Amino acid sequence: MKKIPRQPMPKQPPEERIKNFNEVALGYTEELAVKEAERCLQCPRPFCVDGCPVKVKIPEFIKLVKERKFSEAAKKIKEDNVLPAICGRVCPQEEQCEKKCVLGIKGEPVAIGRLERFVADWEAEHGEIEKPEMPEKKGIKVAVVGSGPAGLTCAGDLAKMGYDVTIFEALHKPGGVLIYGIPEFRLPKHIVEREVDYLRLLGVEIKVDVVVGKSITLYELFDMGYKAIFLGLGAGLPKFLGIPGENLLGIYSANEFLTRTNLMKAYLFPEYDTPIKVGKRVAVIGGGNVAMDAVRSALRHGAEEAHIIYRRSRAEMPARLEEIENAEEEGVIFNFLVNPKRFIGDENGWVKGIELVKMELGEPDESGRRRPVPIPGSEFIFEVDTVVIAIGQTANPVLLDVTPEIKRNRWGYIEADYETGKTSMKGVFAGGDIVTGEATVIEAMGFGRRAAKAIDEYLRTGKW
Amino acid sequence: MFKILERETLAEHINKFVVEAPLIAKKALPGQFVILRLHEKGERIPITICETDPEKGTITLVVQEVGKTTYELGTYQAGDEIADIIGPLGKPAEIEKVGTVVAIGGGVGTAIVYPEAKAFKEKGNYVISIIGFRSKRFVILEEEMRKVSDELYVTTDDGSYGMKGFVSDKLKELIEEGRKIDLVIAIGPAIMMKVVSDLTRPYGIKTIVSLNSIMVDGTGMCGACRVEVGGKTRFACVDGPEFDGHQVDFDLLIKRLAMYKEEERIALERYLKERGKA
Ligand SMILES: Cc1cc2nc3c(=O)[nH]c(=O)nc-3n(C[C@H](O)[C@H](O)[C@H](O)COP(=O)(O)OP(=O)(O)OC[C@H]3O[C@@H](n4cnc5c(N)ncnc54)[C@H](O)[C@@H]3O)c2cc1C
Ligand code: FES
Repeated sequence: MKKIPRQPMPKQPPEERIKNFNEVALGYTEELAVKEAERCLQCPRPFCVDGCPVKVKIPEFIKLVKERKFSEAAKKIKEDNVLPAICGRVCPQEEQCEKKCVLGIKGEPVAIGRLERFVADWEAEHGEIEKPEMPEKKGIKVAVVGSGPAGLTCAGDLAKMGYDVTIFEALHKPGGVLIYGIPEFRLPKHIVEREVDYLRLLGVEIKVDVVVGKSITLYELFDMGYKAIFLGLGAGLPKFLGIPGENLLGIYSANEFLTRTNLMKAYLFPEYDTPIKVGKRVAVIGGGNVAMDAVRSALRHGAEEAHIIYRRSRAEMPARLEEIENAEEEGVIFNFLVNPKRFIGDENGWVKGIELVKMELGEPDESGRRRPVPIPGSEFIFEVDTVVIAIGQTANPVLLDVTPEIKRNRWGYIEADYETGKTSMKGVFAGGDIVTGEATVIEAMGFGRRAAKAIDEYLRTGKW
Repeated sequence: MFKILERETLAEHINKFVVEAPLIAKKALPGQFVILRLHEKGERIPITICETDPEKGTITLVVQEVGKTTYELGTYQAGDEIADIIGPLGKPAEIEKVGTVVAIGGGVGTAIVYPEAKAFKEKGNYVISIIGFRSKRFVILEEEMRKVSDELYVTTDDGSYGMKGFVSDKLKELIEEGRKIDLVIAIGPAIMMKVVSDLTRPYGIKTIVSLNSIMVDGTGMCGACRVEVGGKTRFACVDGPEFDGHQVDFDLLIKRLAMYKEEERIALERYLKERGKA
């Protein structure tokens, strides 16, 4: 039999796509999907499943794709993953399922993520999203705080067990990072809305515009009859560099830049009311997924030059390879081994330059990556009109500051049990980025799922 | 959706809205604010809470028409709905018995200083209020302020009502008369708060200001609202909005407030043109 190569993903051409915010990857056609599915060896002991944080039955769903039973394939995935259209798009498959694929040893692994995405989209397009069979209602109320992937998954699982679940979300739209952070061109917002609607179909109530800790406290939620609470607060606090000139005009945190772009749709200004300032020459500081999202958004906002400023080299960049390649194709300019020392402003307070110092790689640090060290005397000025700082996020203390019973670690994240999500406060569980620090969508979902199980057990047995 | 129950024009371009928001009404304390978004295409803007009625479940907002969103809100009538109101946000004002408090309101800032003046009065302080406006036709909340103040002074820039001059001129008079002042609360345009803070600094009179920076989420998530206080970066939405006026870098605040001046002009012109056509 002739070996079938890994089927490439059809994409918008780079010169087109940098002019719009539409999705870059267009998705497999049925033919491409079936062809790709035929590559799967159907291993009796599938390693790919080990690589999946929520243990999707990968060979089984791929077999259904091969047999063109797309609707069944979707149901198969949904047994373990309620957000397949999202995971198929944003999971780092190359480090999870696809990394373990046997085909990957000698050649290229099966494109599991692309198939997952295909199946989920196919189901949505063919109007076959059905409500699964629901057990009898238990009449027990559970509150979920935060509607990112952790909260959504936990809420969905609990609803399917028969609990009355209410999600409280601080922003005006549910979805967490999926809505405010990850751009439209990588994850169209109607897909997130579709998944959120599915939760509503399961009977989950979603209350937006409620900042728990401010509008209402956890104590009050318990008083209102909620028997358990899950906290999926995310890691929403932006980090800054702490160098001179950081508050000059034209310098954004990635959170602000992406929130204005995605949640507030600033790219449609003035039809939408929220503005954004993107000059001709934009520098994004950082080398992760967030930095890639920001720099690629800057291009689409009309920047003539969009730069990445990263203090290590390409090999150490934490961003997914696929995203780095997309950025390169789109003309993003990468500046490696440079680190900002201060920002320089013009007479009106607008940023006009960054003083950068050249770096070289020294010994590996605790993360295993080689530590960048500055080269004395190598400073130079890099001219810019707009800067986006994308060097990471930390825990937002708004809720935790008013709930001292919940123990935090020294970075401000919640101390919660990995298996159950139990915190130090009775009846309160937590999961996702607020426990692990910035991680991934699928890990947040896995946490939400384990916590749902533990919440069910707690509510059945009363044991803490 | 948050329903407007009452709407009143207090002065030219200044409107008062009583809105149904039971959760916020129950929790809000003087000094706190809400973020509101009018509709699906709207921006998120911060508005300080003027009054609350926890029993009725309502909050009162006083809003000056300055940009597209506030002009548009100005057309909302009783019965209309605001898509989103989030709050109460920010730290509440510290209301203690300190002796004599001078509460200063500049323009629409009067609506923000009002609940604080009231709270200081209820705590047993001697409250002197100074409220200033550009001209007589912009004067708001004079009666309300009088009720909660032991002394009330009104200033107008053009002298068309009360004393001619700025609120800071009146404050200066009081200081020079040798009045014992334990605390100044100054809320209004950034430049006014700066002038007041500069005035009280040499006398060592503690001065609290409320910073109206540009915000997006209002919960500490974005950093749009960052200000420098005592040489440190702070987020006005969670660390404030009230700060020690003597420590605030007002020049930075004033520059940052003008960051979207061009876009604000485009949006307002476009809106008013469309409204003109309708
Ligand atoms: C720009 C960007 C790109 C990313 N790209 C990828 C990617 O490609 N692949 C990937 O796997 N991961 C990616 N990640 C990481 C991933 O998005 C996160 O790990 C994941 O979203 C965490 O989920 P969560 O549910 O823990 O929290 P979040 O998604 O952060 O959601 C938390 C929610 O809780 C709400 N909240 C917080 N506090 C309160 C409160 N007090 N009251 C009420 N609500 C509250 C917040 O408003 C928010 O909506 C990216 C992250 C960012 C920022
Ligand atoms: S408004 Fe976003 S952090 Fe203050």
